Amino acid sequence: MMALLSRDLALAFRAGGGFGLSLAFFLIVTVLVPFGVGPEGGTLARIAPGILWVGALLACLLSLDRIFALDHEDGTLDLLATAPIPLETVAATKALAHWLTTGLPLTLAAPVLAILLNLPPSGFFWLTASLALGTPALSMIGAFGAALTVGLKRGGLLLSLLVLPLYIPTLIFGAECARRGAEGLATATPVLMLLGITLGSLALLPFAAAAAIRVNLR
Amino acid sequence: MSIWEYANPKKFMQTSAWALPWVTGLAVLTLLGGLVWGFFFTPDDFRMGSTVKIIYIHVPAAIMATGTWFMMLAASLVWLIRRHHVSVLAAKAAAPVGMTMTLIGLFTGAIWGQPMWGTWWAWDPRLTAFLILFLFYLGYMALWEAIENPDTAADLTSVLCLVGSVFAVISRYAVLFWNQGLHQGSSLSMDQEEHVADVYAWPLWTAIVGFGLLFVSLLLIRTRTEIRARRLRALEARERMA
Amino acid sequence: MVELGKYAVTVLAAYGVTILLVLGLVALSLRKGTRVKRALEVQERRMAKNG
Repeated sequence: MMALLSRDLALAFRAGGGFGLSLAFFLIVTVLVPFGVGPEGGTLARIAPGILWVGALLACLLSLDRIFALDHEDGTLDLLATAPIPLETVAATKALAHWLTTGLPLTLAAPVLAILLNLPPSGFFWLTASLALGTPALSMIGAFGAALTVGLKRGGLLLSLLVLPLYIPTLIFGAECARRGAEGLATATPVLMLLGITLGSLALLPFAAAAAIRVNLR
Repeated sequence: MSIWEYANPKKFMQTSAWALPWVTGLAVLTLLGGLVWGFFFTPDDFRMGSTVKIIYIHVPAAIMATGTWFMMLAASLVWLIRRHHVSVLAAKAAAPVGMTMTLIGLFTGAIWGQPMWGTWWAWDPRLTAFLILFLFYLGYMALWEAIENPDTAADLTSVLCLVGSVFAVISRYAVLFWNQGLHQGSSLSMDQEEHVADVYAWPLWTAIVGFGLLFVSLLLIRTRTEIRARRLRALEARERMA
Repeated sequence: MVELGKYAVTVLAAYGVTILLVLGLVALSLRKGTRVKRALEVQERRMAKNG
């Protein structure tokens, strides 16, 4: 399992591995928003938590199809399916690798980008915290979507169509948590709900993802 | 050889061929009955005027929209556990019907909302949940379309339906929370069931039964089509191999 | 004819959209149904002939 994780990480960090692309995308989306809504500081500060959450979510989506597609093409996935570790563990490990290379950097980059959007200082902690709690769920749900579409040639667009509706609850609670944090309101409820979604996804979706992979390898 | 062994689908075809005219006839009768009754023979509401007549399509369509998803969930479960082909084909056949019902609910709601609330659309929990449900129908149907092998498609869409159901329910409550987070309570949403008076209730119930029967009728027709399409594929495959 | 008052357009539009959507769905279902049925009959006859 550790070997699989380090292999996935090495592949991602290597040139052409796609690491950094999501971050660059996140940066560009954040920079584009003020061009769309105008440079007025108050407006930007008000929508900053939501924009950053949506931006992180879309950036996360970009690299999802890489989770299983490459391994499926070169046959690694078949080997993993017959390996002594359960396929559920493989799916969870893949999601973890995706989170380490996408979710974690996005979380760390978000406060920097928040400066561009004029987020009030009180909001930084909850923005980072909500992303740190929510992005694992995004990676795990995404891994499930990637497992569903792994055998398809034009799976990328379909993957977005399948995964985005599943992202809605995470987005709602995550952005709500960041927004309440920025406005100095109590954040306990959305944090707990967000945590619930993340833990629930981590507990149940590896099984669904593994089932989907088994069907696709049949 | 399981794909050519259609003893169970054969039984279904026989039974449904017998039931289809009755169900369709009853559906047309109750649907026309409920709608004509509601449209021509009920008084205007003192508050909503004649727009109250929209209730006879809006509420049944909304009920069928969510009901269809639950039927698909049940059929998907039956497929995953018992491997009855008819079951998963029925789920496939139901999805476009459910999507149309969701669309009807959304459209009539928007048309109704315009004069009543002064806006076509509000991010009210109920409306938003239906929009999300529409997205789930889209994804489910797109996945069916995308996969070549029918058994793979059946398995994957069933898993998606299961996971989607869980997330759809979470979304329903998340949206409730989200909206209350933005506005203090929601003055726009009306609980129709509680406010509806007896004059409206009877034609409404007739229309609901009518929509339900319409759904069953369409489901039978579409499932028969899917079974035939599947047999056609199987025969073509056998011919190619021979 | 019933008196719909100032909301006539609203009510009629709602019914119109619904009828259009339902008829469209019914038409699509029936058309695909007959097409698949005919294709299946052709296929079955051909296979019966060829053994």
